Amino acid sequence: MRNNIRRPSRRTVLTGAAAVAAGTAAGWPRVSIAQSPPAQEITPALIEAAKKEGKVNYYTSVEIKVAERIAKLFEAKYPGIAVKVERSGAERNYQRIGQEYASKIYNCDTLNSSDAAHFIVWKRDGLLEPVVPVDVAQHYAPEFKDADGTYATWRVMLSAIAYNKTLVKPEDVPKGFRDLLDPKWSGKMVKAHPSYSGTIMTATHQTARDLGWEYFEKLALQKIMQVQSAADPPKKIALGERALMVDGGDYVVSIEIEKGAPLELVYPVEGTPLITGPSAVMKRAPNPNAAKLFYLWSFTQEAQQAMVDVGALRSAHALVKDRPGRTALKDIKLMRENAAEVEKQADDIKKRYTHYFKV
Amino acid sequence: MTRLARSTLVQPEATRLRLDLSGPVLALFAALLVILVVLPIAWIAIFAFSTKDGGVTIANFVAIFGDAEFQEPLVTTLVIAISVGLICCLVAAPMGWLVARSDMPGRRLVRTLVTASFVTPPFLGAIAWELLAAPNSGLLNQAWRAISGAAPDHHLFNIYSLGGVIFVISCYTFPYVFVLVANALDRIPGELEDASSMLGARSWQTARSITIPMTLPAILAGVLVAFLQAMNLFGSPAILAIPAGFHTMTTKIWSLFQFPPKPELAAAAALPLLVLTIVLLRAQSAILGQRSYAVLGGKYGAPRPVRLGAWRWPALAICLGLMLLPVFLPYGALFNAAFSKVPSKLITWSTLSLHNVHFTFFELSQTWGVMRNTFLLAVLSGTVGTLLALVIAYLVARRAVRGHRWLGFLATAPIAIPGIVLGVGLFLAYTRSWLSVAGVDIPPMILYGTLWILLIAYLTIELPASYQQLGSAIQAVHPELEEASRILGATRLRALREITAPLLLSGVVATWCFIFVAVVRELSAAVILFTSDTKVLSVLIFDLKESGDLGAIAVLGLMMLAITTAVVWLANLIPGAEARRQASQM
Repeated sequence: MRNNIRRPSRRTVLTGAAAVAAGTAAGWPRVSIAQSPPAQEITPALIEAAKKEGKVNYYTSVEIKVAERIAKLFEAKYPGIAVKVERSGAERNYQRIGQEYASKIYNCDTLNSSDAAHFIVWKRDGLLEPVVPVDVAQHYAPEFKDADGTYATWRVMLSAIAYNKTLVKPEDVPKGFRDLLDPKWSGKMVKAHPSYSGTIMTATHQTARDLGWEYFEKLALQKIMQVQSAADPPKKIALGERALMVDGGDYVVSIEIEKGAPLELVYPVEGTPLITGPSAVMKRAPNPNAAKLFYLWSFTQEAQQAMVDVGALRSAHALVKDRPGRTALKDIKLMRENAAEVEKQADDIKKRYTHYFKV
Repeated sequence: MTRLARSTLVQPEATRLRLDLSGPVLALFAALLVILVVLPIAWIAIFAFSTKDGGVTIANFVAIFGDAEFQEPLVTTLVIAISVGLICCLVAAPMGWLVARSDMPGRRLVRTLVTASFVTPPFLGAIAWELLAAPNSGLLNQAWRAISGAAPDHHLFNIYSLGGVIFVISCYTFPYVFVLVANALDRIPGELEDASSMLGARSWQTARSITIPMTLPAILAGVLVAFLQAMNLFGSPAILAIPAGFHTMTTKIWSLFQFPPKPELAAAAALPLLVLTIVLLRAQSAILGQRSYAVLGGKYGAPRPVRLGAWRWPALAICLGLMLLPVFLPYGALFNAAFSKVPSKLITWSTLSLHNVHFTFFELSQTWGVMRNTFLLAVLSGTVGTLLALVIAYLVARRAVRGHRWLGFLATAPIAIPGIVLGVGLFLAYTRSWLSVAGVDIPPMILYGTLWILLIAYLTIELPASYQQLGSAIQAVHPELEEASRILGATRLRALREITAPLLLSGVVATWCFIFVAVVRELSAAVILFTSDTKVLSVLIFDLKESGDLGAIAVLGLMMLAITTAVVWLANLIPGAEARRQASQM
């Protein structure tokens, strides 16, 4: 079980759903709600109430500059509501929230994680407030939202291979993960850590499932530079510190390329790990209205488009246009994401990973 | 002395009406110490011997010491600590002598530079050395390749290595040894050396029979402190060892607190460090126990500088050359990273950019809250911590209470606890809800999530060093001065206030600055104890480090240095503080 969160509020779980359910089912935690709550729009009353609260604490694992830019867009749209961005790795945030909640510290208003498995646990423990943005109801495919309306996919990204063009000759460019086991890459690769990053946790699960753990066992002998965040490997190859990244957020690579770094993405022939990053509103949010407003806004076409344009992430919103010139998801061979399996295997994944990579 | 004699010697009302408050004061401070030190250690001890459901077991120790995953970090840690202790001693002791006892030019400058390396947080130094000596992108390696024409993947230095870790830790640990040695040399009365040479001893004989024996306690204490610092440091190995694929004990302990947390194993891994430290401290007092260092009784002569002759300038050049490593090169690299777009490229006028500064101050939403927390905690810890250390050091030095040895031991004990483990001990102590001890329910004292828990952590962590500093300052004030005052009828507190305090003022200011600086740069306990509302600068920098945001780190790091420099400078403007002011006394 991945959850160390105490559960004082089992009895209060799942209120505020359908009006019918509220009266009859209160008192028992395992009642599942037949339908998600009605879709919500941003109303003047909500804006007014949010402005009275004046701030919102946003926990996220998205790259810090992207997160702060999204926050600034919200602040520009709703002046008087300050967004405080708490950025760390998804696995760290998961630990942090568990630790804070165990001590009855309710600081988080709304959160976004790159490990979808976390939402399974948080939902099961009754930490999440069901809120369905109207955009999610209308423009999101079922695989990108929780049936009970407690969370939805805010961002989609890939954990791809990338390299520095000044350090890798065109004829040497690897085609897939197994090419990285060639001794010529020894000491030239950088890689992020599944105990820190949700992106890497999810990607490690998919890669180990499809290629077997032997792949990681061999990879660990390649003198890998081990960093933490999935946002770091792109920065390390942009610096020229290593020639090639084994994993990491593709959107950060795109941002580095835009800044002028000589980087190039490789979608591995074995398949590229796909990661969805859901968001949710906390039931114990200290600023419930601002939390809800930020959440609703973050799924609007406008905000989702900004996330694509500014952050180079991908959106699950049907009306959002992807960046021009970028390879569409349907043209990339993808590995299949399975949050439920990640939830079950996370501890084992960390243990095996540490065993092979020593850290 | 008879009662009659006393009452005729002094003003009668002083003895009749004034209560000597020392008893209650002692009790209060002893209790405080127990709360600060014993409580977290007790929790760690309890956890080390506990199963997950609270049963008693030694399985945690078996798991730790039977497993190569833990044996390797233990060996690595010992190698690092011993190497750092020796390197610091070899570099800092001669340098301390040059600055304190020779006529080398620029002595003040060297002291200031050592101070600059001291106020540099080791983790910031480690990040700066990544910028300099990462095998491929490091500026020094790039420069070497440009000069030598070596192949692109050849490097001169690799900071991500055991040697790199030892080097960087030494860079920011040697000031401890330097300060202890320089201060000890400052206090050796010139008369002793004069007497020696008047009796016909040559310089070397004087050094061997007077200077070295008088300095030896400080050197040994310095090596011990360096060893323990290196053993318990978290930031530098986290930054340099993990990318290279190895752990030290502290980073291993830290990894045990990541999800799913295993505090029992971490506590078991921490206890040997505690035991080792106690053994070392006992050894130190066994070696030094018979000596007396009371050298500041009444008047003493100013130390007489040794003439270096032709070696004056080469000595300065060597000192400044050494200071390239902890100060000039790292800060150069940080400046470069702060104002360039790509930290691994040297800035030119055309690539000069303020975008990191703009991001740090106008986009990063945590900057200002974090600054406020850090400043508040540093000022509070400095003030409370100095007071605490002063009283304890006084009680121990003057053997003012029964069990003063225990007070001294308690005040020194936290040095054995890695900050990160202390963080967990405090976390365990101040987050639990109801606790039942022997059938009695104790109400919760939840401090996690407040700045108080960080204050307690900082007070505890800084206690050993500030206690030792003030302890040696007090030992240098001969008790005869106080005894004279007490014979004249003053209470212990009055003697303290009127005799000891003025003599100690510079030491007190130095200790306040020491704690202030140490709090600003503390990472390992804060990294466990912070919540988003109580985040401090070091944690923010560590967060940014984990996602590779070097530009913002450089800006925050330089600002950190600016703040600490300004505060230390202001504190030294206090009248009296400059009486025996030594910037290096810190």
